[in-house]
Amino acid sequence: MSKLKLATVWLDGCSGCHMSFLDMDERLLELAEIVDVVYSPLVDTKKFPDEVDITLVEGAVASVDDEKKIRKIRDHSKTLVAMGDCAITGNVPSMRNPIGPEAILDRAYIQNASAQAQIPCVVVPKLLRVVRPIHEFVKVDVFLPGCPPSADTFHTALTALINGGPLDIPALTRFGA
Amino acid sequence: MSQVESDVKTLVIDEQEVSAQAGQTILEVALENEIKIPTLCHLEGLSDVGACRLCLVEIKGNSKLLPACVTVVQEGMEVSTNSERLQKHRRTILELLFAERNHICSVCVSNGHCELQTLGQEQGLTHVRLPYRNPELGVDASHERFTVDHNRCILCTRCVRVCAEIEGAHVWDVMGRGINSVVITDLHEEWGKSTCTRCGKCVQVCPTGALFDKSKIGSDHPKYPDFLPYLNLMREAQ
Amino acid sequence: MTIEELEQIAKTARQEREKYDFEVNVCMDLACASQGAGELKDALVKAAEASGKKVCVRRTGCMGPCSHGPLVRVDPEETLYHHVKQADAAAIVGHLGNQPVAPLQCDLHEHFDKQVRVVLENAGYIDPEKIEDYIARDGYKALLTVLMEMTPGGVVHRVTESGLRGRGGGGYPTGLKWSTVAKAKGDLKYVVCNGDEGDPGAFMDRSVMEGDPHRVIEGMAIAAYAVGASKGFIYVRAEYPVAVSRLTTALREARRHGLLGNNISNTPFNFDVEIRLGAGAFVCGEETALIASIEGKRGTPKPRPPYPASSGLWGKPTLINNVETYANIAPIVRNGGKWFFNMGSERSKGTKVFALTGKIANTGLVEVPMGIKLREIIEVIGGGVPEGHKFKAVQTGGPSGGCIPEEMLDIGVSYDALLKMGSIMGSGGMIVMDDTSCMVNVARFFIEFCMTESCGKCIPCRAGTAQMYTLLTRISTGTGTMDDLAMLEELCATVKETSLCGLGQTAPNPVLSTLKYFRNEYLEHILHKRCRAGVCTMEGIGTELANEVTA
Repeated sequence: MSKLKLATVWLDGCSGCHMSFLDMDERLLELAEIVDVVYSPLVDTKKFPDEVDITLVEGAVASVDDEKKIRKIRDHSKTLVAMGDCAITGNVPSMRNPIGPEAILDRAYIQNASAQAQIPCVVVPKLLRVVRPIHEFVKVDVFLPGCPPSADTFHTALTALINGGPLDIPALTRFGA
Repeated sequence: MSQVESDVKTLVIDEQEVSAQAGQTILEVALENEIKIPTLCHLEGLSDVGACRLCLVEIKGNSKLLPACVTVVQEGMEVSTNSERLQKHRRTILELLFAERNHICSVCVSNGHCELQTLGQEQGLTHVRLPYRNPELGVDASHERFTVDHNRCILCTRCVRVCAEIEGAHVWDVMGRGINSVVITDLHEEWGKSTCTRCGKCVQVCPTGALFDKSKIGSDHPKYPDFLPYLNLMREAQ
Repeated sequence: MTIEELEQIAKTARQEREKYDFEVNVCMDLACASQGAGELKDALVKAAEASGKKVCVRRTGCMGPCSHGPLVRVDPEETLYHHVKQADAAAIVGHLGNQPVAPLQCDLHEHFDKQVRVVLENAGYIDPEKIEDYIARDGYKALLTVLMEMTPGGVVHRVTESGLRGRGGGGYPTGLKWSTVAKAKGDLKYVVCNGDEGDPGAFMDRSVMEGDPHRVIEGMAIAAYAVGASKGFIYVRAEYPVAVSRLTTALREARRHGLLGNNISNTPFNFDVEIRLGAGAFVCGEETALIASIEGKRGTPKPRPPYPASSGLWGKPTLINNVETYANIAPIVRNGGKWFFNMGSERSKGTKVFALTGKIANTGLVEVPMGIKLREIIEVIGGGVPEGHKFKAVQTGGPSGGCIPEEMLDIGVSYDALLKMGSIMGSGGMIVMDDTSCMVNVARFFIEFCMTESCGKCIPCRAGTAQMYTLLTRISTGTGTMDDLAMLEELCATVKETSLCGLGQTAPNPVLSTLKYFRNEYLEHILHKRCRAGVCTMEGIGTELANEVTA
C-alpha cells in the first residue's frame, strides 16, 4: 500500500502549530512510516501537489494571497484540517479587525520605521480588510482548536484520521488550549 | 384553594426521580442531584434573571422551553435537560456569544478558567459557523486595581447584580440597547473615577476575562465566586 | 356624579347641538392635520360666522380614510368631503342646506358599508377635548351603571361572556385575565393601559387615545372596579404628544366631574389614573418591560411566571390591557356580553381596528367584524392596489407578524387563522405590498427593526437578530450563499424558541413567513443574483477588490 500524502500549510499564523506538530518528537518517526509529507514549510516543495490525502492548515486568511492559496488547497485535498485557533477563529491575527488594516500598516511601516518609512506596494500581498477563519472561504472537514493544539492532540487526531477511527475533538482540545 | 399544598414535590428530571421542596427551582434540584444544566448568568448567591438561555429545559406537556434557573418545580413535572433540541440551541447560543465580541482565548487572562470557554468545550463546539462581528470595543484600565475589557464581556450582568445586591453600591449597570448594550460604571464614568468601593466582588463573579485583577499576569487568573453563598448565609445568621 | 347628573349633562349637550342647523366636522387627526386641517377649520369657522347660518364647526378625531384627507363631514346630511382645502371653506358653508359641493364629495360607500364601528363609534363625531360630547354619546353611562347596579364579579362575568380577547396582539381572553387579577390576593392592585404602540405601520391606539380618550379612561375605571384596583397608569409613548395632551385634558375633565377620584358616584369606589411616558423603546410594549419602565427601571422584560396578574407593578397584582381592549369595555357593558359575542367569528369575537397602509387606495383606519376575509378588507374596504400594479402580500402584526400571500386572502381574519398562516393579529397594523416590494428586503427591514429594538438582555435576541440581519444583508446585496440561507433558518429556530420575551420569540416571523411563501425570491437573490422587484441593487457583487488593502 502506498503511503498517505500529508501536507501542512502556513497562512497567517505564528508557526506555533507547526512547532507543536514537531513536538510529537519520536512519534514523528512512526508517522513517517505511514505518511509522506508532500508539501509543508518544513520541506522543500514549492508547488502544492495535485492530490493530497490530508492537509493541515495553520493560520487565518488575512491576505489576497492566503485566499488564493486556501481555495487551491481545498481543490487538491481530500481531507482539510483547520489546525489551531487562527485557522478556526481568526485568533490573534483577527485582533486587527476592529481597528482596520490601514491603522495596522501605518503602525508597522510608518510609525515604527527608523528609516525610509513607506507602505510597501510590490511583492507583499494585499491585505483583506477583515481577517477571517478558513471555513468562511472553503469547506473544512476537521477542526482542531488550540493555541497551539498539543503534540498529543496532533498525534491522537492524526492517528484517528489516518486509520479512519473515531475522533472526539472536544475531549482533546478547546479554543485557547 | 381548600386543599393544602404539600411542602415536598416529587418530579422526574432526565428519567431520574427526585424530590424537592416547594418553591425550589428546577436548576437547584438538578444540581442537588448532580444533574448538570449549563448556565452563565446564574450564580448561587445572586438573584436570577433568566437571560443567558443556556439553562432552558423541556417540560413534558409544554411546547415552550423554560429557564431552569427561574422555573419553580411542580408536582409530577417531567423535565428533560439534555435533549437533542436543547443541545442544538445551546451550541447556537454559544456560537452567538463567541461571534458577538472579540473573544481571543489565547491572549485572555482567563484562558483555562473561563466559563464561556469551558461551556464551549463541554457542548462540543469546535468552531463558530456564524460570521464574527468584530466590533470596536474599549478597555477601561483607569481603576487602580482592576480592568474591564469589553471585548470579553458577555453581558451576563453578574457584576451588576453583585454590586447592587451584595455590595450595595450599584456602581455597575447596563447602557444602550440590543447589540450595542455595554456595562458601565456609574453614569458612564471611568471605573477609576467612579464610586466603586474597590471590593472586587464583580471581578470574582465575572465568568470570563472581561473583569480582571491588574496584579495577576498571564492566564493565571482563576476566579472564586464561591464566597457568595457563604457570605449570604453569614449575613442571614446575623 | 350620579346617573341623573350624567343624563342632565348629556341633555344639555344635546340641546346645545339643537341650536344649530348644521354641524361641520373637521377631522383633526394627524394625517389630516398635517395636510392643513387646522387652517381649514379656522377658515370654516370664519365662513360660518360670515354666512349667518346656524353652523357648528367641530374638530374631531380620525374619520378613517386618511389618504382622502383633509376630511370634512357635514351633518345631519352626513356628506363627506375629501381633499378639502382652506379655499373650499366658503363653498362648503355656502352649500349648506343645498346640494353638496360636487367636486369635493367623497363616495366611499363600499369602504364604510363593510365596517362595523364599536371602538371607533365616536371617532369623527365628538370633540375629543370636550367631555360633554362624550357624555352626550352615552359616555360614562357604563361606568356609573356598573358602580350602581353590578358587582365586580358580575362585570368580570359580562366581559368573559363577551368573548373579548386582548387587542394588543396576543389574544389572551380578557375575561380570564380580569378574573385572575380579581382573585389575586393583595391590598393594592393596579390597572395599566398599554399605549406603547410601536409597530411600524400601526396607529390604531394613537387614534383612539387622540380621538376618544374618555373611552379608554372609562374602560380602565370599569376594569379597576371589576378587579379591585384603585390606581391606574396609562403608558403612552412620548412620540404621541397629541395623545398625551388629549388624555391629560380628559383625565382633568373626568376628575372635575367626579368620574375619577375618591368615592366615585358616592360609592366606596376610588380610582385615579396617571400618565407615564415611554422613552421610545419598542420592547416596553412587552408587559414586564412596561412594568419595569413604569417603576422607573431600565425597560427590560422578565421571565414569566410570575405573571403581572399575580406580581406586577411593585410586586402587586396588576391588570395590563391594550388601549383597544379598554375601548371595547364600555360598549360591552352597555349592550351586554351576548351582543359582542354575536359579532365576529367562532373564536374571535367582536370587531378589530386595523391600520391599513402601504400600496392600497384607501389608507387609514378601518374597523371590521372578526372573521371578515382579508380580501374584503384589502379589495373592497381598502380599494385594492392602485392601478398598474399587482398585489403581492399583506403584512400583519408588525415586526412580530408575517407576510400573507394572495392565495391566503380568502381566509377569515381571526387570531387563530393568522397564527396558522405564520403571522399574528398583532395590534392591527396591515401593510399592503405590491410587485414593487422585494420580500427579502421586507424581511431585512423588520429584522433590522427588531435588532435595533432588542433590549439586549437575552443572547438569542440580542446577537441572533444582529446575525440574521448580517445574513439577510448578504442575500440582498448579492453575496449570500445557500449556506447563509441554511444558517438563517437555523437562527430563526433558535431565536424563536429560546428568546426571553415576545419580541425575540416573534422576531423571526417576518423571515419565516417570507421564506414559507416567497422562497423563490430568496433563491433568485442567491443563485441568480436577481431581485425581481428591482429593490435590491446587488451592490455587494464584485466588491471583493474594495476589501483589499495594499501592503
